[in-house]
Amino acid sequence: MEHYRLSHLDTLESESIHIMREVAAEFQQPVLLFSGGKDSLVMLRIAEKAFRPAKLPFPVMHIDTGHNFPEVLKFRDDLIESIGEQLIVRTVEDAIQKGIAVETADGNVSRNRLQSPTLLSAIEEFKFDAAFGGGRRDEEKARAKERIFSFRDEFGQWDPKNQRPELWNIYNGRTFEGENIRVFPISNWTELDVWQYIEREKMEIPSIYFAHERDVFYRDDQWLSTGEYMAPRRNEMVQKKTVRFRTIGDMVCTGAIESTCSTVADIITEIAAFRVSERGGRADDRFSETAMEDRKKEGYF
Amino acid sequence: MDSTQVIEDGIEKSELLRFSTCGSVDDGKSTLIGRLLYDSKSLFEDQLDALERSVTLSGELKVNLANLTDGLRAEREQGITIDVAYRYLATPKRKFIIADTPGHIQYTRNMVTGASTANLAVILIDARKGVIEQTRRHSYIASLLGIPHLVLCVNKMDLVDFDKKVYDSICDDYEKFSSRLDIKDITYIPMSALDGDNIVDLSPKMPWYKGPSFLSFLETLHIVNDRNFSDPRFPVQWVIRPRSDEYHDFRAFSGQMACGVFKVGDDVLSLPAGKRSRIKEILHLDQSLDLAFTPMSVAIRLEDEIDVSRGDVLVHPDHIPYVSNEIEAMVCWMHEMPLLSGRKYFLKHLNQTSKAVIKEVIFRTDINDLTENYDVPSLSLNEIGKVKIKTQAKLVFDNYKRCRSTGSFILIDEATHATVAAGMICEPANNIPMPQYDGYVI
Repeated sequence: MEHYRLSHLDTLESESIHIMREVAAEFQQPVLLFSGGKDSLVMLRIAEKAFRPAKLPFPVMHIDTGHNFPEVLKFRDDLIESIGEQLIVRTVEDAIQKGIAVETADGNVSRNRLQSPTLLSAIEEFKFDAAFGGGRRDEEKARAKERIFSFRDEFGQWDPKNQRPELWNIYNGRTFEGENIRVFPISNWTELDVWQYIEREKMEIPSIYFAHERDVFYRDDQWLSTGEYMAPRRNEMVQKKTVRFRTIGDMVCTGAIESTCSTVADIITEIAAFRVSERGGRADDRFSETAMEDRKKEGYF
Repeated sequence: MDSTQVIEDGIEKSELLRFSTCGSVDDGKSTLIGRLLYDSKSLFEDQLDALERSVTLSGELKVNLANLTDGLRAEREQGITIDVAYRYLATPKRKFIIADTPGHIQYTRNMVTGASTANLAVILIDARKGVIEQTRRHSYIASLLGIPHLVLCVNKMDLVDFDKKVYDSICDDYEKFSSRLDIKDITYIPMSALDGDNIVDLSPKMPWYKGPSFLSFLETLHIVNDRNFSDPRFPVQWVIRPRSDEYHDFRAFSGQMACGVFKVGDDVLSLPAGKRSRIKEILHLDQSLDLAFTPMSVAIRLEDEIDVSRGDVLVHPDHIPYVSNEIEAMVCWMHEMPLLSGRKYFLKHLNQTSKAVIKEVIFRTDINDLTENYDVPSLSLNEIGKVKIKTQAKLVFDNYKRCRSTGSFILIDEATHATVAAGMICEPANNIPMPQYDGYVI
């Protein structure tokens, strides 16, 4: 029996493949939400494992805040082209123009919140009934309680107190017209699992995950990148530092860390020794103790 | 935790162990998990910082490890755990997924949910109180859901002066009770989660205890043989048909091995139709494998062009499951609206959803004293009982105790789409006449 032992990465991968095939089989119009970040890359890899040699039975969609790192956008376009899949991009900018999303007066604020109305409007536009997201339960306390098939009402809202029980690997994906679900195939993966998988699968990742020189300034305990959308305040000094990004999000809210990691193996060593969680570097989670729960109720990923 | 070791051993060797915990407000369950995360250094500093902040706000003096696990606003406000929360822990030896569930009777459905995927049930006992109603309830659920291993954590030993006699008497009580259950392997550990005694390291305060610490127990528990490797079951989830020039006639049946092992060249029978073929190829992306075992997700190609689609199950002709549209099952009712005999439900089993009707409630189990009450008309929220169900489509199934995947199902309300029940199929009472397939007498 010993040779029927499956490693934890294979076990997680198998669970995720099963989830993706369930969604493909039971929904009319699924979509895979993709940002070019490591979690969505792992999801895409798993989708290939689930459906190849056929094409993916759903498109890939990016909700672009308009404040994304240019390196990541290029990486996204190259990758999707190389695997021959369809990419849909919907931007927060468009949603603002259409009046669907409203920007706050403070220009420096993260557009992460504005992704929610943009996403909801795209879901309506394409009549998507299921959207794969790369959320993981180890990221945050509210996510720890979210189901793999996470039900949303007609307003895209999540009701944490009224979730369907989820047993074994049997998923209830029944919805009424207008309702949809978010599916989190890598719910049970941790940050370390994701990196170990990227290493094992020898996956390409955006260059900003590796150490590089960048003009940064220090704010709220993290290094922020200077750029078109992000200017230092008068007392904040711009410095050239060797940094890398631990997560990839909106430029405005994603902090860099000082690091010299140049390979995925380096990154694994670095995060295994880390004492600050991944989302510890994201300003958008820090507003209050239940910031994520509140955003999810509004329809965030 | 030695980080380099995690990297070297972690990728190919480490196994995944899923365990469930259940407990009530004050038996120290959240403290135990918090302690485990804290002492194994699986907590990050900012999570600890967040913890201190909330502690200061609510004016508590001691660091409340329970606040780490109670994530929803309502839970923090009421100081209780409402829902199933999943926690992750990695040591150089293993990776753990913890399903943390509330213990009060009104959350039975959450306990059942957490238990459904667990390899191990962690049950906490307050050393001052001994075996109580809740202990029995949790143990019954663990047994019902087929969790193969159970560890009884006799907690708060500090409050009984680390007295061996108290511990021994609790173990004796539990032993007597658990003989009525169906749990293969039970372990007992005395501990104090609050102070970390016997959690990661053995405590000098209990030199009389000769077993492993809690963490060391978790790391060494043998779980590979818990899975059924003797009855190959491959429920077809999705048919892969590229329809491209390169793969013109390519057709593969994808799914997850529910139990057993399939090898290339094995004879297969597709149920319920009963068509026979042989395995030509087992694929995992671009790799061609010699065999697939549970719980691997693969794609299988057959020698013959037989009609197989989602919902069908490939089995080995020498190891036949049951095929019927009438089953008896233990169900846990999970919805405010009680079970209604005659009402239409959807039954989702493996990859098939069928219309179903509950013909009869045979009995209801009192989950506190395990007695069976016959002549009950219905089951209400959080009640567990045995029912007779008729389905529109034929189910291909095994006794839940033999194979968890092929023996489990959920019931979905046809009108609201809510998941209303979880079911575990029993061994059929009368031997179902086995159908004959293609000249095969089974």
